[in-house]
This record gives sequence, C-alpha cells and structure tokens, in this order.
Amino acid sequence: MNMYLAAQDPTLADFGKDPWWLVLIKIVFAFVFGLLATLLGVWFERRVVGFMQVRPGPNQVGPFGLLQTLADGLKMAFKEDILPKAADKVVYFFAPVISVVCAVTALSVIPFGPMVSIFGHRTPLQVTDVSVAVLVLLACSSLAVYGIVLGGWASGSTYPLLGGLRSSAQMISYEVAMGLSIVAVFMTAGTMSTSGIVAKQGDATRLTVLGTEIPAPGWYAILLLPSFIIFFIAIVGETNRAPFDLPEAESELVAGFMTEYSSLKFALFMLSEYVAMVTMSAVTVTLFLGGWRAPWPITIWEGANSGWWPMLWFFGKVIALVFVFVWLRGTLPRLRYDQFMRLGWKVLLPINLVWILVLAGLRSIEDWESRDRLLVTAIGAGVLLLATLLWPSRKKAPKPTVQEQVNNRPHGSYPLPPMDLQVPPSPRTKRVVAEREPANVAAGPDSREV
Amino acid sequence: MTTQTVLAAAATSVSTGEAVTFWILAPLALLGAIGMIVARNAVHSALWLVLTMLCLGVFYVLQAGPFIGMVQIIVYTGAIMMLFLFVLMLVGRDASDSLIETLRGQRIAAIVLGLGFAGLVGGGLYRALEGVQAVGLDEANAEGNVQGIARLLFTKYVLAFELTSALLITAAVGAMVLAHVERRKEDRMDQVATMKARFRPGNYPGPKPGPGVFATSSSVATPARLPDGRLTERSTPDILPVRELTAEETTLKGTER
Repeated sequence: MNMYLAAQDPTLADFGKDPWWLVLIKIVFAFVFGLLATLLGVWFERRVVGFMQVRPGPNQVGPFGLLQTLADGLKMAFKEDILPKAADKVVYFFAPVISVVCAVTALSVIPFGPMVSIFGHRTPLQVTDVSVAVLVLLACSSLAVYGIVLGGWASGSTYPLLGGLRSSAQMISYEVAMGLSIVAVFMTAGTMSTSGIVAKQGDATRLTVLGTEIPAPGWYAILLLPSFIIFFIAIVGETNRAPFDLPEAESELVAGFMTEYSSLKFALFMLSEYVAMVTMSAVTVTLFLGGWRAPWPITIWEGANSGWWPMLWFFGKVIALVFVFVWLRGTLPRLRYDQFMRLGWKVLLPINLVWILVLAGLRSIEDWESRDRLLVTAIGAGVLLLATLLWPSRKKAPKPTVQEQVNNRPHGSYPLPPMDLQVPPSPRTKRVVAEREPANVAAGPDSREV
Repeated sequence: MTTQTVLAAAATSVSTGEAVTFWILAPLALLGAIGMIVARNAVHSALWLVLTMLCLGVFYVLQAGPFIGMVQIIVYTGAIMMLFLFVLMLVGRDASDSLIETLRGQRIAAIVLGLGFAGLVGGGLYRALEGVQAVGLDEANAEGNVQGIARLLFTKYVLAFELTSALLITAAVGAMVLAHVERRKEDRMDQVATMKARFRPGNYPGPKPGPGVFATSSSVATPARLPDGRLTERSTPDILPVRELTAEETTLKGTER
C-alpha cells in the first residue's frame, strides 16, 4: 500500500478519537440516512415497479410524487392503533421496535467514505469500526428475526403466527448461507473490520498491459464471484423481499406477521423492512463492491477516492443494488416454501462449502513455487475437465411417432379423429369467396380449391 | 477508543466506562435470569433468557474478547434461542406452567439448595480471585483477538476442536436419520405422473359434482342429477346413503300462502 492510499484509508487506529459532538453528528447522519432511504426507497420502488408494469406509479404529491411516502406516513400516524384482544401486550409493542433498532444499528459500522476533514478534525466517514465489525452486522441481522417472530406470535392470531414461524426458519437457514459466503471474504481480506475490507479491495496489484498500467480488479464481487452471488441471494431471503417474501405472502397469509398491526407500529415494520434493504445493500457494497471506492473508469481521475467524493460513489452503488432488489420483486414470482428451503440447504450451502474448499486450496498453494503451482492448477483443471467429459449423461428415450402414441393409448381413452382426416372447407368460406369480386390478378392453382 | 487501548486498559485496571457498563448491565442480566424462572409463559421465559444472553455478550466484549462476544450474540441469541422460540410456538402460545406442586416442599428445597450453591460458587471464586492480577491478556491479543483464537484453535487445541465438530456432525446426522422418511423412487409422484393419473381413462379429471341441493331440499344427502337424468353417487359424501326424495317430500308444503 503506498502513501497516497494510506492517507485516505482509515485503519482501526483512526477510530475512537472523535470529540463527542462529531460522534453525535455521525450517529444522527447514519440515522437520518436510514430514514431518508426509507422515504425515498418506498417512492423509488413504487415508481420503478410502475415503470416495469407500464403504469405511472405515484406522481401526484410533490414533484414526481416524491412526497407520496411522507403523505402515507402521516396518514398512517393518524390511524387508529388497534390492539387485538388476544395479543400479548408487551411483546406486541416491542416487536416492531426490535426490528427497527436492529436494522438501524447495522448502519453504524458501514463505511460511507474515507478520511475527511470535518470542522478541522480528520476523521473517517464511519460511525465506528471494531475488529469484528462484520460480525456486528451479522448479529444485527440475526437479532432482527426476533422482531418478526415475536410480532407474529404476540398478535395472537393464526396468520401472523404462521408468518412468524416461516420467517424464523427462513432467516436461520439463509443466515448460514450468508455467513459462509462472508467466510470467503474474511479469508481473502484477512480482516473482519469493514474499513479494512474496503481498504483491501483498493490495493489491488497493478498489471502492465501494452505499456499502460491498469489496476487488476480488486473488488471481491469479481474475485469471489460465487460468494457474491450466494450472498446476494441470501440477503434477499434475509430481508424478506420478493421472491422470498414468504413470511408476508399476501396470497396465502394476508400480510403474514404484520396482519394485526396498524398505525405507527405497522409503519415501524415497514420502516425496518426498507432500512434493512438499504443496510443490506450497503453491506454488499462494502464487502463485495469496493465500498466507497470509485469504479474503474472514474479512478483515472486522481482525486476520485479522496475527500467527500467517495460518498457519491457509495450512494450510487447502494441505489444500484436497491434497484436490483426492486427489479427482482417486479420480475420473479414467489417461491413455494419447500422450494425455498431446498434452494437454501441443498443448493446454496453445498456450493458455498465446495467453493470455500477450493478457495482455501488456492490460498494455500499461493506460496509455492510457480512451477508447482502451475502443476497443481493444471492437474485440478484436468480432473475437472475429465469429470465433465466422462460424466454419464442421461440417454433420452426416442420420441414415439404419432402412430405409436395413438396405439399406446389405454383402453377407453377419448376417441381421436382418424389420422388421415381431410377437413372439408367451411361452407361459409365458400360463400364469401363466391360473392367476392374476381381479383384482377391471374388466379393461381391454389385458389380454385377453396 | 481503539481496540488496542481497550485491550491495554482491560489488562491493567477497570476503566470508568467498563465499570459504568458493568453496573448497568449486570442488574439487567440478573433481572433476565430471575425473570426466566419467574415467568409463567414459556415464550416470556425465553425472552428473559435472551436478555441475559445479550448482556453476557456485551460483558465478553468488555473483557477484551470481541469475537466471543459477537459469537455469543449471533449463535446463542440469534440461532439457538430462535430455535427454542420456534419449538415453543409450535407447541402453542397458551402453554403456561402448571402451578400444582407434585413433590411436597420441592420449591423450598430448590430455593435453599440454589442459593446455597450460588453462595458456594460465588464465595469460592471471590476468595480464589481476590487480589489476583490478570496477566497475559496483552500477549494473547498481541496479533489481534480473532487471530489469537484461530491460532490456538488450529494448533494447540486442534484435536479437541475436530472431535467436537465430529460429535456435532454425528448429532446432526443422527437427527436427520431419525426424522428421515424413506421414500422409494417409484413411489414418488412427480408433477407429470400426477397429471397423467388425473387424466387416465376411468378417472374424471374435473371436480366432483356438488350434491343436489335444490329448492325442494337442503340436504347434502340429495344426489346430483347427471345430464342424462341419472343420479350420481359421486356428489354425496361417502358416509351418507344415497336417497331420492319421495313425491310427498317434494310437493309444496303449503307455506307459500
């Protein structure tokens, strides 16, 4: 890492030196970011889904309908707060609070940018960082399940309970896949602090191609592509977003765990869902998409990764990922519960384990001599190719002819018309043709038959 | 405060922040433990236990063990207690303790024994650790907390670690074997086979006709009439005899006037 990078990239030693007012500013910023992201996120989702379904979406309140969510939020606040008779009052109240707290807390370890100067203080654009910051994120997402499950249980009615049960099983299953795909990031980065992971994705080796020096891709989305794909699928499951929104499947469970909720408590659940979506997008950006670092063409400009500019790149990446979330919702139908579980346990988990094994193997032969390394890689690739070549393929049964299919039909089947049936022309067609004025062109041989 | 200074501070003396956090969270942890015992509702019990576990996680972080603290929260609070809740919900939300004492005086005995045991353990620990200066924390955390744990796990304690994992895998496989339902391949009906069976001759693919509930009768035992005038038994439940209404039953009851 050269001096230039070292000046920009915060290390763990840079945290914990801020005066109290700076800490307060950062915390308020992260919190407001979460709230604003919800406000704009709901609008963004409705507009994008509207665009995908060829309808305008909300466009009346404010410019481009931007204030629609605000209006909805105000309306929600003035609605009657209903407490079901069978509800467990304390737990019923705490469930949405837990959801929101967990979703917002995760924002505290997200790096929004590099070292900047705020009122004369050099400080990283991140509330805080610890040596196990990614585990803090995991802890937040695993505690967020409580909000949904308890909300479902405390409502004291059937649909919410079913939604809660579904979500507890779902989130535990997908947390496993999520945690395992982060393992690959840990192995490559050698650190668990979010700022450290962002820094590691920046100091990629530079390749010299045709005399010009271009940086090799350092983003873990490229280096660890399988982990990235699995991680993204897992966070869609973790945030209960379509096509994995089984806990609130409206066609089966009315509204799932939040069926009985109304007014501000419902608004809190809604808030937590969108904050979680934005938070998880930010986590993906941090872990796999280079964090606040500018993507390649912009990095030609020297100052792209310093000062306040990186925040722009960061927000751009987050918005792009939120768009993918919305895109998934607009495109894919909801999975059935057993299909969903099978995907998690029988597809994502084994692929992840094999990939980690391969990655560990690659990491351990990195220190070898180049000849040995080449040999091992070649043998591995050869075995893989041979296995693909010799993999027994299922032989397709020859397709029976029409006559065979007819003969194979069981006794008593619906009668078929004879195979050599000539359909007589419709009498109406005949009449129309006869009444029509003769065309001025010479009639072909076909026209006579009609 | 950076990790290094936290670790250094933890090694030498109790800092103000640590003391404040401890005295806030320790009563909460105790409250959670007592609440778990006292709560009548099983889910409330589990939630009190979650509170205690969260406090313990923070204590670990406070004691310069950030990794174990986070793992405590993720694994114990996030996964294991969640599975507890899952089972409790399956059992039903009204599953409360029964207050009937089956063994006479067991509650008093349990309280006395519990207090005595807590006193013994607490007193023993206090006496043993009084005036002991903790050393070696700096060395253990020299190259980072996570790295230190990893080094110990994969060098000195690798056998114990692997044995534990083998035990856990055996348990998981055992649970799967117990819960597994053997189904032969030919018994499994895929979608295509189900569809073919449905349209096989002799099986009517559509829904069964409803019972013949007409204006003259509101009984589900009345069979439906097929288009050719026959009655069909498929329209009535199997336990009911098929019965056609007599002429007397179908005549008007004289209520129209």
